[in-house]
Amino acid sequence: MTTGVTVSRRIGTNADRVGLGAMLVASACLVALGAKWVSGPASSVVLLVLALVLIGVLVLALRGGPEARRLLAPYGLLKPGMLWLALFFLAPVWSLLRISLSTKPSRFSVDYNFSWAFENYSNAFKDFGTQFQHAFVYAAIATVLTVLIGYPLAYVIAFRGGKYKNILLGMVVIPFFTSYLIRTIAWSTILADRGFVVRTFDAVGVVQVLEWLHIMDNGKLLNTPAAVIGGLTYNFLPFMLLPIYVSLEKIDTNLVNAAGDLYSSATRAFRKVVLPLSIPGVFAGTLLTFIPAAGDFVNAQFLGNPNTTMIGNSIQDQFLKQNNYPVASAMSAVLMFSIASLVLLYTKIFGTEDLA
Amino acid sequence: MGELANPKNVIELDHISKTYGDFVAVHDANFSIATGEFFAMLGPSGCGKTTTLKMIAGFEQPTTGRVMLDGVDVSSVPPYKRNVNTVFQQYALFPHMTVFDNVAFGPRSKKIDEKKIKTSVMEMLEIVRLSEFAARKPTQLSGGQQQRVALARALVNYPSALLLDEPLAALDLKLREAMQIELKRIQREVGISFIFVTHDQGEALTMSDRIAVMSQGHVEQIGTPEEIYRTPSSLFVAGFIGSANLLPGTVESRDGDDVVVALRVGATVRAATKGAVFSVGDKVSVMLRPERIKPAATVEVQGRGIEGLLTDLVFQGATARLIVRLDDGTEMTCLADSSATMPQIAPGKRIAMTWDSDCGFVLAGWPDKAGATTTDIDHIESTL
Repeated sequence: MTTGVTVSRRIGTNADRVGLGAMLVASACLVALGAKWVSGPASSVVLLVLALVLIGVLVLALRGGPEARRLLAPYGLLKPGMLWLALFFLAPVWSLLRISLSTKPSRFSVDYNFSWAFENYSNAFKDFGTQFQHAFVYAAIATVLTVLIGYPLAYVIAFRGGKYKNILLGMVVIPFFTSYLIRTIAWSTILADRGFVVRTFDAVGVVQVLEWLHIMDNGKLLNTPAAVIGGLTYNFLPFMLLPIYVSLEKIDTNLVNAAGDLYSSATRAFRKVVLPLSIPGVFAGTLLTFIPAAGDFVNAQFLGNPNTTMIGNSIQDQFLKQNNYPVASAMSAVLMFSIASLVLLYTKIFGTEDLA
Repeated sequence: MGELANPKNVIELDHISKTYGDFVAVHDANFSIATGEFFAMLGPSGCGKTTTLKMIAGFEQPTTGRVMLDGVDVSSVPPYKRNVNTVFQQYALFPHMTVFDNVAFGPRSKKIDEKKIKTSVMEMLEIVRLSEFAARKPTQLSGGQQQRVALARALVNYPSALLLDEPLAALDLKLREAMQIELKRIQREVGISFIFVTHDQGEALTMSDRIAVMSQGHVEQIGTPEEIYRTPSSLFVAGFIGSANLLPGTVESRDGDDVVVALRVGATVRAATKGAVFSVGDKVSVMLRPERIKPAATVEVQGRGIEGLLTDLVFQGATARLIVRLDDGTEMTCLADSSATMPQIAPGKRIAMTWDSDCGFVLAGWPDKAGATTTDIDHIESTL
């Protein structure tokens, strides 16, 4: 009897460690199942372990008393997210990396043999270098353009919007209630060869200038790099505008008054006060824009031509059409790691302490 | 204008008004502020004091009239070209800069040599006693310290005048009292005119050389704290500065500078006028400051005082507050030395109130509500 009480008390006071352990074991089980580390009867064993661990923690929470519950609570709150990530992020990433180092026995095979096939990576670079380049260059240009368009827009809404602030913000956001695909296809109509934009440019006579600027090509606006970059810029504008708007909106107008009071012209007040205080918004906006834009394939598909394909298109093509999972996985892994290292570098250089 | 160009005046407001549509925020303000003066603009919220300050700073332009700074008309000069600086109500320190950079902001705008900036900034931080905090960010400082950074940031430019918008409103009571003395000290040390806006009459009385009392866009009275307290120009000023007992009556006769007033409660008293002319039969009010009234147990006050029922006696430490209801229902407040309160004075008894003949002061008109002004909680709240 006494030993039982002592043991349960010891479990009660160490409930946090039990919670942490249970979470790690359960996550490992889910990764093992998701990444197919185990198969056949072994997977039933893993499933059983998972169930037992989760039930065990539940029992401890119900019967362990208030102290045990207090210690378990943080792990209880963490668990859904952690398990979700284990099953839908860690396991797929593991599979992706594994497949990227595998070979297919034959072109039509659906099996992969893991063989440390690093040639997948060298092939990805060799065959799809241009597409990588397109992805990063287009995304970078689009990001710069969204800053150039989004910042003044956010500035005007935040400082001059007055009572129309919400209406103006709504006008920016509401078009995005429409499907991403539809909006992009709509742009292909707008920019079409006989569309009103091209006809207007023709009538005004700026086609020559735009061709010299490499915005138009052979009298066409659609299916040019400019159209792809334009599409990316349009589609990701709200992701830039909203964080900048939020950071500008937070700035106390008295700070601008104070700068003016301390002999600063409007330009200097902007440069020394408003701009530095809104940099966290620009920083968040560039991340939210650049990361998805670099992996995008929709804009290049509908607004570009075969010479403007981005890495996203190539990955999609390799996965879905060529059925070449190893190379497609290698490309995905390269894209993932290059974006991650670019972002890390960017954070190191421009990151503000407010975001850390 | 010739008559305004007095070299001793830093700021001259030449009949300035400010209207927003139909709303008159400031009506015909016309006064000047001397070099080295500590000047307060006092009034309840919405009286136009902050608008006046903004017109001096340049954040607002007067609708009519002129603002003169050092004898020059600056009415249409933008703030960044005016040699005045403002301490904002919530300080408006730049959160992304250190204390040093905050203070150096003004001199750097003027493109002064960086070495000179360093010496003058450190000197100013010395004056506000924040030298060791130069490298901190404003968020790492307490409210009082932030306040002093805001002061240093403004004063380092050696402006012709420093404008302070409710400088102490964000501080708690103890700190506010300490900062009042600190502000006075800093002002003496730098010798710059301070013009500050406040709704707190205690603050204005403590710190200022002169006070302009404002109400509904009008300047009601300008004078030293003593003048304004002793001889207010209107019922509003009497009620707003300190607490006052206002007793309505009519003028019965004149006697030199004094008048004899028949109070509505029934007594007849003598009171001073300080130059104002009243005719027999005029509706007037007699103002009595609570601390000048002497309570007495004996009911024998013919012509020298009034009597009433003591309803409440509140011990306040050094003083005791007596609330007395007169026979017509008017409540009066009387502050007495608590050590001298006589045992025979107890709530529920009738007592007499007397005062020296120079204590009563006559003001034109009748108050909306007779009696003590500070017992009106709505009024006090509306001024905060």
